[in-house]
Amino acid sequence: MTATVTTPPQRTPAQRLLRLARRNKLSTVGLILFGLIALAAIAAPLLSSHDPLAQNILHRLEDRSADYLLGTDVYGRDTWARILFGLRVSLLIGLISTALAMIIGSALGILAGYRGGWVDSLIMRIMDMLLAFPTLITGLFIVAVLGANFWNIVLAITVTILPKFARVARAPTIALKEREFVEAARALGYSDVRIMAVHIAPNVLGEVIVLASLWAAYAIRIEAYLSFIGLGIAPPTPTLGTMIREGFEHILDSPFVSIYPGFAVLLVVLSLNLIGDGLRDAIDPKLRD
Amino acid sequence: MAGFILRRLLSTIPTLLGVLTIVFVMIRVAPGDPALAILGDNASQEALDAFRERMGLNDPMWVQYLDFLRGIARGSLGESMISGTPVLTSILEVLPYTLELALGAVFFGVVIGTPLGIMAALKRNGWLDYLLRVVSLVGLSFPAFLTAILLILWLAIDWRLFPVISTPTGGIGDRLYNLFLPALSLGLIMVAYVMRTARSAMLDVLGEDYIRTARAKGAPMRRLFLHHALRNALIPIVTVIGLYFGLMIGNAVLTEIIFNRPGLGKLIVLALNQRDYSTLQGLMVFSAFLVVMVNLLTDIAYGLVDPRVKLK
Repeated sequence: MTATVTTPPQRTPAQRLLRLARRNKLSTVGLILFGLIALAAIAAPLLSSHDPLAQNILHRLEDRSADYLLGTDVYGRDTWARILFGLRVSLLIGLISTALAMIIGSALGILAGYRGGWVDSLIMRIMDMLLAFPTLITGLFIVAVLGANFWNIVLAITVTILPKFARVARAPTIALKEREFVEAARALGYSDVRIMAVHIAPNVLGEVIVLASLWAAYAIRIEAYLSFIGLGIAPPTPTLGTMIREGFEHILDSPFVSIYPGFAVLLVVLSLNLIGDGLRDAIDPKLRD
Repeated sequence: MAGFILRRLLSTIPTLLGVLTIVFVMIRVAPGDPALAILGDNASQEALDAFRERMGLNDPMWVQYLDFLRGIARGSLGESMISGTPVLTSILEVLPYTLELALGAVFFGVVIGTPLGIMAALKRNGWLDYLLRVVSLVGLSFPAFLTAILLILWLAIDWRLFPVISTPTGGIGDRLYNLFLPALSLGLIMVAYVMRTARSAMLDVLGEDYIRTARAKGAPMRRLFLHHALRNALIPIVTVIGLYFGLMIGNAVLTEIIFNRPGLGKLIVLALNQRDYSTLQGLMVFSAFLVVMVNLLTDIAYGLVDPRVKLK
């Protein structure tokens, strides 16, 4: 009896990436969109000919023109430039707070799942309590109490989304700690910290990353909501939420002053949701059909 | 069933206690002196002392904590630092408006989202399914203020069908008319969630053995669909409404601000602007209680519909 052994075709990393992209159209579209937005935010000074802070009362509430791509706001500031610079704030706050929530939340979740017993009960009880607070209202509350500045806003968003990561990291950890490779690591005398960080964490990463892209979308929206309510980074720094808030006062005569930044928020959030949604399919094919 | 409800009810107590403790600690770690913040830098020493005494700020921390818990146990959320009105009274005064808005949004979400989700499931992997998936992703990426602004521009300003400012007064007709636009704006975000849930629930149900059996026995499609599939697919939809309640309360706040409607949103913004910490504290406690209660009701509803849940 001759067995034919078929070796899987060898692929270069580029080919593999292309294959992944073809299988995962939504994620790819999202990734490209997000990349473009991030690039535009980084290159903001190069892409806009106007200073986002420069007021020009003679050109207030102007319509789109070759000079002012998206028109001007009530102080005659260039909306296009302000959106680009506002995106920097949105992306920085959104990504930093999601990263912090991801790291701390997953660490707590892995610790809870790995240790079990009272450590588990304590951590997860606290997470349940945090989950009871409506996210936006908690964010409002924290920023209102501590004061509206960059790091307080990051803190507020981190605290509100952290429990979701703890939950998602805990469940697979409970299954993983019974597996042979973890037992082997324990038999070799590795410390718990090393087992959790080196052996368990990488196996939990997939699910955590899917969640991260979806919650980054949420974090960016929360930042916009906070500044819309007036709890964002203080003016004159442009943020998308503040622009919408200021534009809303002139909704009748020049609606676009608030609509353009609104669409900017939509695009960023959509790009992240596309990435997360596609990734979720890739990781859990069960959900695809 | 009574045992199950009682067990679930008791299990909320530690969560609620924790919620209270978190709120208490957060307010106390706030930098700055609330007396100074409210009375201003020019307040006299006597006025400051009197204020601290009245608000119990001179007591040791644990006495303040016990007072706070005792108040809650008596059903009091304290009094506003500014106006002196009981916080619960001001909340209950505007709560109906916010609930009305949330219910209206759920109505639009379910009425638009469920049929779309079912359609997507029946045409699985077809172009309609794909289109609806993209539409729902766009839908759930919409910031709450953008839907509101676009609806105002389109239906209230261009078409003059609805008022820009929603004043929920007058007869039932007037009230519904004023509710329509804000509820639709909040409901459109809900549509996306309901649609996705309805789709996956429907797919789950359609794959079940009893559907195949019913089909094999020659049950007409219509009966199969209405009698067997739809009913079971509705359970997860009820759950998703419960799950997104917290999210919706937040979005309702924004919707209320944009439509200039009375409700929790306006109350929160007013308290924020006046630095009225005791009202904020009461609002936090109240909204967390609301979320815990809605989760509890969702669980109980789930237990009623699906007897297997009780065994866990």
